[in-house]
Amino acid sequence: MSRPEDTLPPDLFYNDVESRKYTTSSRIRSIQASMTNRALELLDLQHSSFILDVGCGSGLSGEILTNTEEVDGGPHTWVGMDISSSMLSQALERDVEGDMLLADIGQGVPFRPGSFDAAISISAIQWLCNAESTSEEDAPDRRLKRFFDGLYASLKRGGKAVCQFYPKNAAQRSMISSAAIKAGFGAGILEDDPETKNVKLYLVLTVGGGDITG
Amino acid sequence: MKLLTLNFLTCARKTCKSTAAAFPLHPKDAELEQIEIDMNPLFVKNMLPRLEWEAMKTLTQELGLPALPAETPAPEELTTEDGEASQVLKDLHVLLMETSVASGKLVCGNCGHEYAVKEGIANFLLPSHMV
Ligand SMILES: [Zn+2]
Repeated sequence: MSRPEDTLPPDLFYNDVESRKYTTSSRIRSIQASMTNRALELLDLQHSSFILDVGCGSGLSGEILTNTEEVDGGPHTWVGMDISSSMLSQALERDVEGDMLLADIGQGVPFRPGSFDAAISISAIQWLCNAESTSEEDAPDRRLKRFFDGLYASLKRGGKAVCQFYPKNAAQRSMISSAAIKAGFGAGILEDDPETKNVKLYLVLTVGGGDITG
Repeated sequence: MKLLTLNFLTCARKTCKSTAAAFPLHPKDAELEQIEIDMNPLFVKNMLPRLEWEAMKTLTQELGLPALPAETPAPEELTTEDGEASQVLKDLHVLLMETSVASGKLVCGNCGHEYAVKEGIANFLLPSHMV
């Protein structure tokens, strides 16, 4: 199967048909749910938090954030960013509780410093490695820098981000993690089911200088 | 888009990044809607110190909503003596969590760029030359 990242940019790839497929396929939904739950487990949030969902799509992860039980530290309030208006239309149809921006994460993260307790991203950030045009501003390294710099600033001190992603190869994997480190994050990559075709990679990012009030 | 979110959203342009005038964005031709959601006292309490109260006051004034108190409410104002949710908390919940901009524009006070809001979703896509 060809990688969607290699065929079209995400706003064109996730058109109405693909967006509906993505949102209604029970297989995709269950994989998405398990990755979201894993990301939440890695975030280890102790109380109701304000969370940025990077590449929120049709709000499948967001619904899980909204429905997190009090004993598990929830419920959370989230704001999502996505470049696909078709995906966001799906989210509207499903009446999700989070707010959403139609936005390209490669252009930056438009929130004031220290806005969020945490960020989550499922199957999105590898798209940053695609050049959106031939313009120098749209080169992958510039897009990665704007995203990670913006994400870093938008998280509060002591905040955390977990990004599940599908790098195309080792070069892309290290390009992504080094961009995160350059932005100031403490970064590590966690591999679930390594060496299998179900391998899942989570980029776990921390912002130093946690404050006492949490 | 909840008023809570508007208290954190800034202009996306790089040139506006560190200018005070790029926050808060100013609503224009805004249609508001009320969307009922469950009250989460702990969340409101946690967010309180992170709010820019001056921006909250500006926003409510520009939207023609009732004036807010001069200062951010103190955490102890959120509960009554019996430990119940106080009126202050209920009002904050309605304002921050249930009041939304359904449509209109959000205007940057620095560069003048207008971000359109439709069905509650703000369009932050910038043409390349504006990034
Ligand atoms: Zn601006």
